[in-house]
Amino acid sequence: MTEQWFPNVDWEKMWEATYETLYMTSISVVITFILGMLLGLLLFLTSKGQLWENKAVYSVTAVIVNVFRSIPFIILIVLLIPFTKAILGTIIGENAALPALIIGAAPFYARMVEIALREIDKGVIEAARAMGASTWTIIRKVLIPESLPALVSGLTVTAIALVGYTAMAGVIGAGGLGNLAFLDGFQRSRNDVTIMATIVILVIVFIIQFIGDTAVRKLDKR
Amino acid sequence: MIFIEQAKKIFQTKNGPVKAVDNINLSVQEGEIFGMIGYSGAGKSTLIRMLNGLETPTEGSVTVAGRTISTIKGSELRKARQEIGMIFQHFNLLWSRTIRENIAFPLEIAGVAKAERNKRVDELINLVGLDGRGDSYPAQLSGGQKQRVGIARALANNPKVLLCDEATSALDPQTTDSILELLVDINQRLGLTIVLITHEMHVIRKICHRVAVMEEGKIVELGPVLDVFRRPEQPITKRFVQQVTEPEESKETIQHLLAEHPDGKIVKLTFVGVSAEQPVVTELIRSFNVGVNILQGKISQTQNGAYGTLFVQVTGDQTEVAKAVAFLDAQQVDSEVITYD
Repeated sequence: MTEQWFPNVDWEKMWEATYETLYMTSISVVITFILGMLLGLLLFLTSKGQLWENKAVYSVTAVIVNVFRSIPFIILIVLLIPFTKAILGTIIGENAALPALIIGAAPFYARMVEIALREIDKGVIEAARAMGASTWTIIRKVLIPESLPALVSGLTVTAIALVGYTAMAGVIGAGGLGNLAFLDGFQRSRNDVTIMATIVILVIVFIIQFIGDTAVRKLDKR
Repeated sequence: MIFIEQAKKIFQTKNGPVKAVDNINLSVQEGEIFGMIGYSGAGKSTLIRMLNGLETPTEGSVTVAGRTISTIKGSELRKARQEIGMIFQHFNLLWSRTIRENIAFPLEIAGVAKAERNKRVDELINLVGLDGRGDSYPAQLSGGQKQRVGIARALANNPKVLLCDEATSALDPQTTDSILELLVDINQRLGLTIVLITHEMHVIRKICHRVAVMEEGKIVELGPVLDVFRRPEQPITKRFVQQVTEPEESKETIQHLLAEHPDGKIVKLTFVGVSAEQPVVTELIRSFNVGVNILQGKISQTQNGAYGTLFVQVTGDQTEVAKAVAFLDAQQVDSEVITYD
């Protein structure tokens, strides 16, 4: 049946492209998570009334986050070409897509981290301070565990956005399903390839969403 | 145990500086249950937060258990805080942790080893009467149970002082009483000094030894609970005392009584401490040729004895009534002849 419906699909290529998409997505999700957490914690802790309240640091971080969050991804890739070339020596391939993916997604996730942390009851932080907890202990044992469901659901949204970004990056030479759909599908007028690539992307997105939702449900004891 | 000297706290707000705490001097003895009462905005919340350094005074000093909380910082302050437990109106438990893990939290902060932590948590769960609930999450508990967890958590590191920030204000009357009983029990068993703030005179009456009444950042009245109940001086104190001694409708009732019993005299007797148990009324009837009609009365228990008021109507011959009233005056009860306002 697949022969009949998808005559032009080269399955080996499709698998390879899927692997590339998963590779780009997972590496960028991990690094985005780390960077986004750091930036988000910095935003939260330096905001008004918090442990490291500091207007200057907060404003500078907020501006950086907002600027990078506002640049359309396709333009960000182009703008980052010299940077990518400088650190990786190439602008082609899956690895070359990573700087743009991370720089595009980390500020986005940072805002979600900040929002998640703001949702924590202030009284709980006060209680931890009253017990003699250090800031580091508060971050590790109060802020992160108490906001974990929101952090995970934010990461789910970010990961799905990153799947989309990899497809865009694919169009300008990063490989993956986006690349396959564009070059093999669109440019050679093989609609079945484009559709199959789309289906695979949808399956990836649904799986990510399912994992995220399940994790949130397990974590939330409220 | 606690010394507050010339403490002031000024907050800068958009509408100019606000004096939350205005020149307060106060000392609390070891083993005492000390209450601070006031309406919201009176500064009691800021004052209690100065005792563990959550607020630093703009001026003045705060010393708790031999440490000058108002000046120490960093790890020294964190160490000092481990010796000062605190419980909160909204409990402030971590929803992500089980009851056991919540109680273990201050022990983790203090660096207690795991085996010892478990042992201590078992003791504490038993102390606050939550046996069998250790593996539940806070969301599965009632308000009263949550506050018990709060208390267990506050006691984990064997503090010298327990601070209670409106600890019963979010609870229903029955649960409030059970939590207050637990606090008294802990105070007596462990000799723990307790400082609490509240806006309910009921709480003060039930467990405090001394009380400070706060208004606009100042302590306007201070003394043993019974004395303050017996002779409230400031209008605000009188209002608070009325919360427990006189039901809301009391004034109207008395007007009504006066209207209905025009003969004789209506006397308000205030019993404090030992006198509450004396048979004054019996004595009155035996010694004088008067009729005594009990109209209304209420006796409340406090930590240092009973306190109550009794409205009686004394009828009979004018001179006998006058003698009876004179007799009441001579007793260890305060009496006051009520007339139309």
